[in-house]
Amino acid sequence: MIRSELVQRIADENPHLYHRDVERIVNTIFEEIIRAMEAGNRVELRGFGAFSVKRRDARIGRNPRTGDAVSVEAKAVPFFKTGKQLRERLNGGSE
Amino acid sequence: MSDKTLTRMDISEAVFREVGLSRNESAQLLESVLQHISDALVAGETVKVSSFGTFSVRRKAARVGRNPKTGEEVPISPRRVLSFRPSHLMKERVAAGTRR
Repeated sequence: MIRSELVQRIADENPHLYHRDVERIVNTIFEEIIRAMEAGNRVELRGFGAFSVKRRDARIGRNPRTGDAVSVEAKAVPFFKTGKQLRERLNGGSE
Repeated sequence: MSDKTLTRMDISEAVFREVGLSRNESAQLLESVLQHISDALVAGETVKVSSFGTFSVRRKAARVGRNPKTGEEVPISPRRVLSFRPSHLMKERVAAGTRR
């Protein structure tokens, strides 16, 4: 499923909404999650999962082709942890 | 850099502000977005959200685990796990945002 199919499924269920509004709603949801993480915040959507930011220390990396040492600066990376309910559903657990 | 936890309330509040639906309907729409993503994943589909990231389901084989406290061997049954791969855009924005 891709973004446009998700929008379509929501639009089908909500015939009273304009398609472009459904698009804005879906975009806003994803945009807000990114915006929160940009600010270093966590987004917890209970049952679904939690988006958080993990910090990676600076390290000495290597160019895999030449073997040269290169310094990699400290950075923050997005992380997602699956929620309990979704994890159980994936394994045929409680629906 | 702050360290807050946002919840459904905060996200649906943003939908409410952006689109001008009622708070109640905004919350319901957020719920159905999460529901549709979950349903697709449970059905084994990969969910690709451009400029956000990709959710995919991976199968893990059965293996023998160990209770770290007692050292006892316990069988771990085959399972499906969800993995999320952030888009380049998300990675860049998160890295840039938290560097400030």
